[in-house]
Parts: sequence; structure tokens; C-alpha cells
Amino acid sequence: MTDTRAFGASIKRLEDPRFITGAAKYTDDHTLAGTAHLAVLRSPYAHARIMSIDTSAAEAMDGVVAVYTGQDLKDHGFAGIPCAFVVTNANTLTPEHPAIAVDKVRYVGDAVAIVVAEDDYQARDAMYAIDVDYEVLGAVTDPKEAHADGAPQVFDDVPKNEILHWQVTGGDVEQAFADADVVVTETIRQQRLLPTAMEPRSTLARWDAAMGELTVWNTSQNPHIVRFLLSLVTGIGEHRIRVIAPDVGGGFGSKIPLYPEEAMCVFAAQKTGRPVKWTETRSENYQATIHGRDHVQEVELAAKSDGTITGLRAKVWANLGAYLSTASTGVPTILHGLMLSGCYEIPNIHEDVYGMATTTTPVDAYRGAGRPEATFLLERMVDKLAMQLDLDPVELRRKNFIQPFTEGHTVATGLVYDTGNYQGTLDRALEMADYKALRNRQRDLREQGKYLGIGFSTYVEICGLGPSEVAGAIGFGGGLWESAIVRFHPSGKVKLMVGVNPHGQGEETTFAQIVADQLGVAVEDVDVTYGDTAETPMGWGTYGSRTTAVASGAMMGAIEKIKAKGRKIAAHLLEASEEDIEFEDGKFFVKGSPDSSMTIQDIALAANTAWNYPADLEPGLEASAFFDPKNFVYPFGCHIAVVEVDPDSGEIDLQRYVAVDDVGPQINPMIVEGQIHGGIVQGIGQTLWEGAAYDGDGNLLTGSMMDYAVPKAAWFPNFELDHTVTPTNVNPLGVKGCGETGTIASTPAVYNAVMDALRPLGVEKVDMPMTPERVWRAIRDAQG
Amino acid sequence: MEVSITVNGTSHTRDVEPRLLLVDFIRDHLGLTGTNIGCDTSQCGSCTVHLDGAAVKACTVLTVQADGADVTTIEGLATNGQLHPMQQAFRDQHGLQCGFCTPGMIMSAAKLVEEGGATDEEAIRHGLEGNLCRCTGYENIVRAVKQAASA
Repeated sequence: MTDTRAFGASIKRLEDPRFITGAAKYTDDHTLAGTAHLAVLRSPYAHARIMSIDTSAAEAMDGVVAVYTGQDLKDHGFAGIPCAFVVTNANTLTPEHPAIAVDKVRYVGDAVAIVVAEDDYQARDAMYAIDVDYEVLGAVTDPKEAHADGAPQVFDDVPKNEILHWQVTGGDVEQAFADADVVVTETIRQQRLLPTAMEPRSTLARWDAAMGELTVWNTSQNPHIVRFLLSLVTGIGEHRIRVIAPDVGGGFGSKIPLYPEEAMCVFAAQKTGRPVKWTETRSENYQATIHGRDHVQEVELAAKSDGTITGLRAKVWANLGAYLSTASTGVPTILHGLMLSGCYEIPNIHEDVYGMATTTTPVDAYRGAGRPEATFLLERMVDKLAMQLDLDPVELRRKNFIQPFTEGHTVATGLVYDTGNYQGTLDRALEMADYKALRNRQRDLREQGKYLGIGFSTYVEICGLGPSEVAGAIGFGGGLWESAIVRFHPSGKVKLMVGVNPHGQGEETTFAQIVADQLGVAVEDVDVTYGDTAETPMGWGTYGSRTTAVASGAMMGAIEKIKAKGRKIAAHLLEASEEDIEFEDGKFFVKGSPDSSMTIQDIALAANTAWNYPADLEPGLEASAFFDPKNFVYPFGCHIAVVEVDPDSGEIDLQRYVAVDDVGPQINPMIVEGQIHGGIVQGIGQTLWEGAAYDGDGNLLTGSMMDYAVPKAAWFPNFELDHTVTPTNVNPLGVKGCGETGTIASTPAVYNAVMDALRPLGVEKVDMPMTPERVWRAIRDAQG
Repeated sequence: MEVSITVNGTSHTRDVEPRLLLVDFIRDHLGLTGTNIGCDTSQCGSCTVHLDGAAVKACTVLTVQADGADVTTIEGLATNGQLHPMQQAFRDQHGLQCGFCTPGMIMSAAKLVEEGGATDEEAIRHGLEGNLCRCTGYENIVRAVKQAASA
């Protein structure tokens, strides 16, 4: 191992040249000859019966090819949009989700009719000429209110709007509370967030009627899942569908689902015989692309007077929105409830989760997906307990930490964490922040009437989804393994094909680094192919910080096969026995005589020409492998935020941010840091600025970027990052996952910092986002 | 209405609807898809181009307003095959992830530096307030602008 290894080097990204020159091709950048454009008329009401739809005026307008309603789509024989994660042991109901509403609309943004026209301007003009008569019904937007008697019913066959009731139990929580010295309680509102990938969603569908072949360009994090689900919706054989996710401009979970618009474009392409494209506007994106979070959490924490946590009890109402999006029911249950022990020994845990239908945009996975909702809940309660017992939040955390472990650790919710050393990241973060000095400074400033706050978040997250056997048991409608093909061209250049689908995370580079490191070729000589179901092996996609943790296992499997085959070929050509052939730094050589060697490029040429070749060996140097992990991976870390709050204005000044994460060995530290930076900003966005808001009638008040506060550059200091390295034993390279850590960790760190700052003022709670107005009001109310 | 607009050094004369946005003209009529559309309210800055030497959001300009103008898009920023220092800096500093905001970000930042507005870290962060990025957390973008400013 030398320091010139490709693995671990912060090399510049191979994919960058096309992005910095404008040569990247996103879905909307694709247009085929004869492409017609589709626009969607959306409901202006949160809940209403459709009495009639008159499309005649629209049909007569310039450039209009056709206008269709939900009935047309139904008559065409398409099935509804499926939920593909129907969580088990929760009495989960799955009401029908028509791609275009037929009798009733259930959220502002629900599709009512579609227009196909020669260009996008004409399609939108005609859309507004469609006359729809509605009978308006009552709206309900809050998940707990939706559970109350008398609340408007979103579906006739979903009593009390309860889609699911899921529970997790470990230990004896009733006894823990009965025996507790101290109990702290809190109602936490995890507000709704808008994922806001910078690229809006888009779909282009081409139907080849003669061949019965469908090609779909789609903004997706998982084109193979889109193909699978599209075959179920359309009835077209999966082998006749090609889904291409070209360059994808961010996803953050919002591009996991199969959406109604994909079905609409396929339908319209079949009906009109033309390629049909739809690209959403940002306002449409905010109405019709999934939202994230949105929990009401009632939480109790039990402890001994010395700060030992003995029990956690919670009741959560999770808003699922008007329909069940692709992964929706798994997010507030499996990905949330099972993580309630965090990095602490909590012997007794019980949680009830009610998944609620409301007249709002569907809610699904948004960066972190369930885990931020668990981490915030826990980290907030730990801080409240520290405050109640007047203990240092650091010492309380340390006291309850799970001790370092390398061979698995089982928590009360039943998960077995892989490896961890929570003290290590905490110690390093305290050192970087100079904690003692910070507390001294805080004391000094308080004497001057200034309010400095120091906030902590020590987290662990479940990533690298995951073992397929578990996926099946919990109701996930697919596998969670990955596959990879490594192919050597005759010239020794390499093509790697994977089923995962990076969309900004840089795996064109990091995957090339893995191949280069293992096979001794140049990073630039490895082409990483993904995104097109016709060119890549089956894979379940990019989400849940799983891409590298799972796909690298498949790559390593293929790489080992290449090495083994190369050894056979080298043995033949070097006239040695196979057992005597060694491989290092891209060279096969005879043990003990390194001069007798061949490069892997030589071997690739020999394998591809097969002129002089072992008799019993297939030609070619190519291998395929699958990897199904035995467990999830569990990255962890400690984040510390330092803020100063101006009590007169309620403004929060984020002064410092320290993050120490452990994601296992880093393939490209530059890229890992970038992932963490971005995650931190999204998490802090939730604490301080972001929040989707509905009015009482179910209108989305934050319907555009004018009203929804996407964080800007000037709102942040530079971040102070470091890491520790605790490899996992779940995959061959020991890698965990870094895509979501920042988001999961930062929301509670900043929240706790603000509450720490406000402590002398008697403020106990401020709802997120902690806007200056809310902070100012909380201070005023606390001061009486 | 007929307009003549020079884009990346090439003059284009087209008959366009008066309501056609410049960004749609660039993307749909000229096929220059490097300029992206990330919002419909002029917040995100993904569509930033240079119009007669000024950085503008092409979604807030009508094509007819650009009649006779000289427009540079991300495709025209490199000269003689040589990346603009800002393009190089974005790559060097890992100032991009999904790349969607990147063309607009580079066009804005290039102008910020050219106009002398990238004097220090704070000025850079404020100078980028018209451009949103959801991936990078901005830190590496700021580093990139610093690098280009000192190039």
C-alpha cells in the first residue's frame, strides 16, 4: 500500500468536464423529432369532488394535439400508481392512486386533466381553458388532526384516515417509567420540508407501436425500479421497456418514486403516436413532487437521577399525504422507529406510529428519510434531560453511550449495529471546538447580556440498505442487493456497469478509483456506466446512503473474478502453474521472479484475442457479480454548533460548525467532504428557515421559491470538518455511507445550540423553523 | 416578431412570439441546453447568462428585449478550447455535485470576479445571493470563486 493509491485520493471528478461546460444532458435537454409537450391541469382545491370537466375549448386551441382526463387513462387500461413499500405488521391500507384523478381530488396539485400540444407554451395556454366544476370538501393538513373524530375523510375506505399503525417495542417501557427518578416530555413538530432538487422533474416517453417498445427518459434515482413499476402500471412487458436516467440534477429522495406523470407521458405517447415530454415548473414541483418529514411527535424520556437513561416512549403521527408514494410507509416506521436508541444504551423503548392520510402532497423519503426525525427526537430529549438534571449535555451523552464495539451491538429496537466508536468522534469534536473555552466564553458573554449557545448532536444512522431478506420481511417491494459488470476492452481500458444511479454524488470518479486501485489500471482508464436499463445490470438505485456501501460489494466480487481469470491466463502465457501466479499493482507475475510478468492490459488483450489461450477457459476478460449485504451499515459522528441569538430581534447568528463523522474508509475525501457540507446545509435549513406551510383550506402557502427559504451562501460560516475511521464488516472495503450524515446530524445540533443560548431567558421550546419572529415571540412569552 | 441576437459569437435571426423568454429561446430554439431552468420566479439563478456584458437571469428577459444584444452562455465561456478560470476553479475545488446550478453559478461568479466584487469571503457569499445550490452547501463554491479571483 503506498500513498499513491487511487483509493483514498482526493482526485478531481472525472464527470466534471461536461457539467462546467454546459455539455451535460439532463432529461429536459432531450428532444426527439416530433416531440409533443404535455401540461398537467392541477386541482386548485385540497379536497373536492369533480362534478364535470369540459375540455372542448382547450381542444380547439392552437397547437393542441389532444386533451385527456382520468377517465381516458382508466379506459386505456392503466393501473394506478403503486406504493412499493407496504410496511408489514401495521395493518397498512393501500387506497388507490389514479395517475389522473377520476372522481375526487385529494390535494392542491392533484392532476385533473392533461393537454398535449405542439409546444409547451401552447400546452399551458390550453390547460387554463379546461373548465372543471368542483364540489369542495373539507381539508385536513395536520396528521394528528386527521386522526380526530369528525376530521374530513380522505378515503371512504380508510377509517379515521389511519393508513397504518406500526409499533416497535423493546424491553419493558412501562416498568422503566414506573421506576424512573425523572421523566422529561416534549411535543415535537417535525415540520414538512420541500426537497428542492435544483433540477425539476421531467419525463420523455417514446412508444414504438410496431415493435411494442417503450423508451422513457426520466429524472430518476433508480431507473430499474421505474422500469419495473412502469411495467406494472402500463402492462408493457419489462423486457420491452428501456428507462434512461441521463444526468440527474439532484434528488434527495424526491426522485425515487414512480410518479403519475410518467404514466401520463406513456399514455399520451401511445394515444398520439408521438414522443411526449413533460417538465415541471418549480411551482408544480412544490405541489406535485413529494415532500419530506411532517411528524407530530409526543415523546417521554425516563432516567435515573444520575442521568442514566432507562426508557423512551413516543407516539408519532406521520403525515403521508393524499396518496401513498413509492416508499412512503417505510420512512416513518422502519427508517425512523428502529433508530430510536441512537448511539445510547436505552434498554426500554416503545413507539406507536400512525401513518396518516391528509389532503396534502404525498410525503416520502427526503434526505435522511425517517432518521433525521428519529435523531432530532432523541437528541432533543437528551438535551432536555441534561437541562432538567443540570448536567453537562456532553457528560450525559458520554454516560449513556454504547461502548466501542467491532463485532455488532444489538439495541432494544432489535437492530444490530455493525461497528462503532461514538466516544471517538465526540472527543475529536470537543477538541476541535475547544469546548472548555467555548463554555467560558459563553459565561463571559452572558454577563454582557449576550446569548451564546453551544449545541450537540451525537448520531448514528442506518444506511447501506440493505439485506434483501430484511427488505422482504418489512414490506419493501424489491430486493436491496446490487450488481456490477467489469469488462476489459482489448486495449486494456475498462468499462464498469452498475445498477445504482448516482446523481451528483461523484461515483463516476469514486467507482473508477475502486477499480483502478484493485486492478492497477489508471483511474482515467475506467468508464463507469449507469442510468440506462439497456446498458446496465439490474440494480435497486441510489438512496439511503447505499450506493457505495452495497454496489462496491458487487464490484469487488467482479474484480476478484477478473483477478482469478487473469491468473489462469497469465499462468498459461508465463508457463507457470496457476498457484505460483501473483497479482500486484496491475501485474501478474511468477512468485519469486517478478521479472517474469504480464500487465493486466497484456492479459486483457490475450483474453480478447484468445490466440494463445488455456484450452478450458472462455475467452474475454469480463465478470459479473451480485452482492447482497448481510446487514445495514451504521455511520456515526458528532456535530457541534455555536450560535449567538440577538434577544431584541430574535435573529440567530451561526458562528461555528464542527463536524466529525465516521463513514468508514474514504475513497475520495474531497467528495466525502462535499457530501457532508451539502447535508449540513440542508439539515440547518430545517432548523432555521425551511418549512412548507398550508393554510386551513389546504392551500400550499410556500408554493414557490419566493415563499420557501432555500438556504443561501451568505447564511453560513465555513464548516470545520474531520473524521475518524471505523470500517464496517458488512462489505469487503469496509465503507459505510456519507450522503445523509450531515442532514441527520445538523438539525438537532443547531436547534440545541439555540436552546442553549436561550436558556437564561427561560425559553423551553421554539418550533422549527426557528425564524427570528418565532424566537422573538418565545423570548417575549418566557419573559412574561 | 423578428429578432437578431448574437449568442456565443454567432448571430441568429428568428421569428419569435413576443412572450418567449430568452431562456426558452436559448434552450429550445438554439438548442443550447447548458443553460438550465430551476425555478419560475427568478430565485434560483440556474439560467444566468451574460447579456451585453451583464449577468442576467435569462428567465426574466423576453427574447424581444434581447434583440440586437450579445449573449454569452456557459457553452461560450471557454475560449479557444481553454476553460475560463472560473470553470477550472469549480473543478479544482469540487464546487459542483449534480451540476444543475453550475452553469448559472459559474456565469454569475465569473461576472462577480470581473466586476471586482469578489474581494473577500463575505463579499463572495453575498455576491452569490442570486444563485441557489442544493448540493454543495456552498463552501466549495466559495473556495472556487476565491481561486478564480486570485488567478
